[in-house]
Amino acid sequence: MASDSRLNAPARLAASRLSRAWQHGDRFYKLLITLAALSVLVLVVAIGYELWHSSALSREKFGLNFITTADWDPVAESFGALPFILGTLITSIIALIIAIPIGLGVAIFLAELAPNWLRQPIGFVVELLAAVPSVIYGLWGLFVFIPTFVKPVAQSLNGALGFLPLFQGPVFGPSRLAAGLLLAIMILPTIASISRDVFRAIPNTQREASLALGATRWEMIWQVLVPYGLSGLLGAMILGLGRALGETVAVTMVIGNNLDLSASLLHPGYTMASIIANEFSEATYELYINALIEIGLILFAMTLIINLIARLLIWRVSRRTVTEARA
Amino acid sequence: MGHNVTLGSTLAINSQATETSTTANSPIKIQAENLSVYYRSFRAVADVKLVINAQMITAIIGPSGCGKSTLLRTLNRMNDLVAGSHVAGEVILDGQPLYGPGIDVVDVRRRVGMVFQRPNPFPKSIFDNVAYGPRLYGLHSKHELQEAVEKSLRAAALWDEVKDKLHQSGMVLSGGQQQRLCIARALAVEPEVLLMDEPCSALDPVATLKIEELMQQLKVDYTIVIVTHNMQQAARVSDFTAMMMMRLDRAGELIEFDATPIIFTNPKDKRTEDYVTGRFG
Amino acid sequence: MTTALRSSSMRKRWRKTSSVVMLTLTGLATALAIVPLVWIIVYVFQTGLPALNADFFTHLPTPAGVPGGGIANAIAGSLITVGIGVVIAAPIGVLTALYAASHANTPLGLAIRFGTDVIAGVPSIVMGIFAYALVVLPQKHFSALSGGVVLSFIMLPIIIRTTEEMLKLVPGTLREGSLALGAPEWKTSWRVVLPAAWNGVLTGLLLAISRAAGEAAPMLFTSFGNPFMNTDITQPIATLPHTIFVYAIAPYDDWHAKAWATALVLIVLVLVLNLTARLIVAWRARKMGVAR
Repeated sequence: MASDSRLNAPARLAASRLSRAWQHGDRFYKLLITLAALSVLVLVVAIGYELWHSSALSREKFGLNFITTADWDPVAESFGALPFILGTLITSIIALIIAIPIGLGVAIFLAELAPNWLRQPIGFVVELLAAVPSVIYGLWGLFVFIPTFVKPVAQSLNGALGFLPLFQGPVFGPSRLAAGLLLAIMILPTIASISRDVFRAIPNTQREASLALGATRWEMIWQVLVPYGLSGLLGAMILGLGRALGETVAVTMVIGNNLDLSASLLHPGYTMASIIANEFSEATYELYINALIEIGLILFAMTLIINLIARLLIWRVSRRTVTEARA
Repeated sequence: MGHNVTLGSTLAINSQATETSTTANSPIKIQAENLSVYYRSFRAVADVKLVINAQMITAIIGPSGCGKSTLLRTLNRMNDLVAGSHVAGEVILDGQPLYGPGIDVVDVRRRVGMVFQRPNPFPKSIFDNVAYGPRLYGLHSKHELQEAVEKSLRAAALWDEVKDKLHQSGMVLSGGQQQRLCIARALAVEPEVLLMDEPCSALDPVATLKIEELMQQLKVDYTIVIVTHNMQQAARVSDFTAMMMMRLDRAGELIEFDATPIIFTNPKDKRTEDYVTGRFG
Repeated sequence: MTTALRSSSMRKRWRKTSSVVMLTLTGLATALAIVPLVWIIVYVFQTGLPALNADFFTHLPTPAGVPGGGIANAIAGSLITVGIGVVIAAPIGVLTALYAASHANTPLGLAIRFGTDVIAGVPSIVMGIFAYALVVLPQKHFSALSGGVVLSFIMLPIIIRTTEEMLKLVPGTLREGSLALGAPEWKTSWRVVLPAAWNGVLTGLLLAISRAAGEAAPMLFTSFGNPFMNTDITQPIATLPHTIFVYAIAPYDDWHAKAWATALVLIVLVLVLNLTARLIVAWRARKMGVAR
């Protein structure tokens, strides 16, 4: 074009030098963002590696006995993590049993029933529940929730069902039950908000189809929507489990931190996260530290697998709605 | 049934009515009296007076936005699902008003079934899709369910194509098959009336044809009301046609209702004539 | 068979009643879920407010049993550790999100999404162990720096995820328009795309800060706490959540009262940050006419 020849030679050279500089800028930029991206991956690998490497002493010494023995005795240099693993699982299961039905109920209410003006405020409240720091949950749990609610409940359970090993006394304030109940409150927002998103993603045509057949509102929700979004709902619950497994400070403040191995929920207990929190800064010798890090490694592996499964499940629901929209 | 393009020849094969519908030789199944539909303060449908005859196919036609689907949805109270919608006037099914106090909506929807524009099977097996309705109504024995499912699939002309894959997901079927599955699902609750909201608009011509043939078979046992934007389809398939148009205040009104041959060859209202001859629409 | 479907009116009534009952239960579940939040906030305000005064914010802690004293060191400590966290996590997070948004379906892009999820799922106490090995061991003592580092790890996935989502919402036409004018990629991102997404990025940052400010577990063996005022990042430092923890599990009543007061400060901070984040989202939605 004529404009090209109008650029005299020096100007053209200047232009190309400038564009090369710009390209350098871009090359630098692309390098920068790639490095940043890689650093994320490096971090993941580094965490795994560090946990693995720094628990070597303990892993070599105890092998599988680490997770099957219950003897945790730093003085005798003997470490078995079974009480903590059990404690983590028990408290998490209690939390799930309570949080799943209530969380599902909240999700159904928010997604299918609540009038528009109610949705935003309640949604915000659910978000706030998730934003309250763990230590404040622990503080409230220790000084308010346990005396006002958990202890009376524990006493009635003990009174009515005390013959069961599950509810044997004596009744303490801090207990596995307290930790489980507090965890339920803390994982509720996770389950509720993800489940609500799952319901909202279900196409309206499914609702219309079932209502047009003469189903009641509840039948539509329970027999059509829930099966449709089932993998997503399961993913929400599993993410809740992941959160419960790793919760530290709140649990430490209400579980009593006791190596008690009885089956009773009303007794104090210990979780993997709590033992690390309580003893890590006081671990005085290498093997002790290694053992604690090995517990961290187990915790890391558990939450890793759980989160992966959950993400896969949730991803499946979004894929299904896309393929149906195309059909 | 002829598939010629010209309306006249099609109707020549199809028509038998020489009288208008107003003195129906078949009993009245549904009646709408001064029916208006409002979304909050906006009137979407105005003062419709409509008669649906039993075991006949009635088509509702008109340009887009004229309220055809809204009108159709008043007949099974699906409009109730839209926030802020309410109804003035009456819809009467077999002498019973559908919008009276104490009317069980769930029951209305069982008696008046619906098939939608896009096929919407549940992500369950073909069997479970059709069995969904009967299960709601207490049918649980395996034998009874199998009978019910087969009966409905036969009535929807789908049985032969799916009888060997009843436990596969309904989603593996083609679009036309999915729509017939939805019809079978609707028939399984044994409705008296079947409402069809542009049922073929998402289907190819071959699948459309199958559904139109199916409708002729179904009308023996059911009363059918179909909304369609395809005039040729209305002319091919229906016994009576209701023509709707949007007024200046954006409400839809019924401007003419008659036996189909009359609507398409000798309509009384000029607007109807303009629409069916393609002069506008 | 037909008679079986002409169901009894008893069954009809049962179906209707159970529907009403179940739907009411979901409403009750929602009410139940709100109770703890209201209870906690009200209790923290009620119990913490009396112990709050101007001195509380400006004085250092006093030993148990000695009246007065405050949490000035913890406030400074939280500011410093969260500040370090932001300085590390924000640039890396935004840059990573820029990469992920523009390379969404490449192997590395997917690996990043996966990696971000993994990091987000790591319990904060395990992050603490990692930061301990990374920073505390070589330094041979606890420090504010290690606390800041662990907080940056915790904040990173939040920033990446929210930034990436916001970047995806920026219309591709905006980016193309800039590139078509001859602007290089980096200028397009810096001058055009990021500004369009800035309030989303800000929202993510606020939420990440809120989360980091509330973390206590990883601080137990990184920043470790410090009863004195400290601004040297190579030394241990107090933080708000850690202070609450220490005061709460101690056997002294007046420390308990201080725990509540500190909790009040922390929860007000968290509420303000979350509310601001929400308001930004709502303001943006209204501005862009996007239905949420």
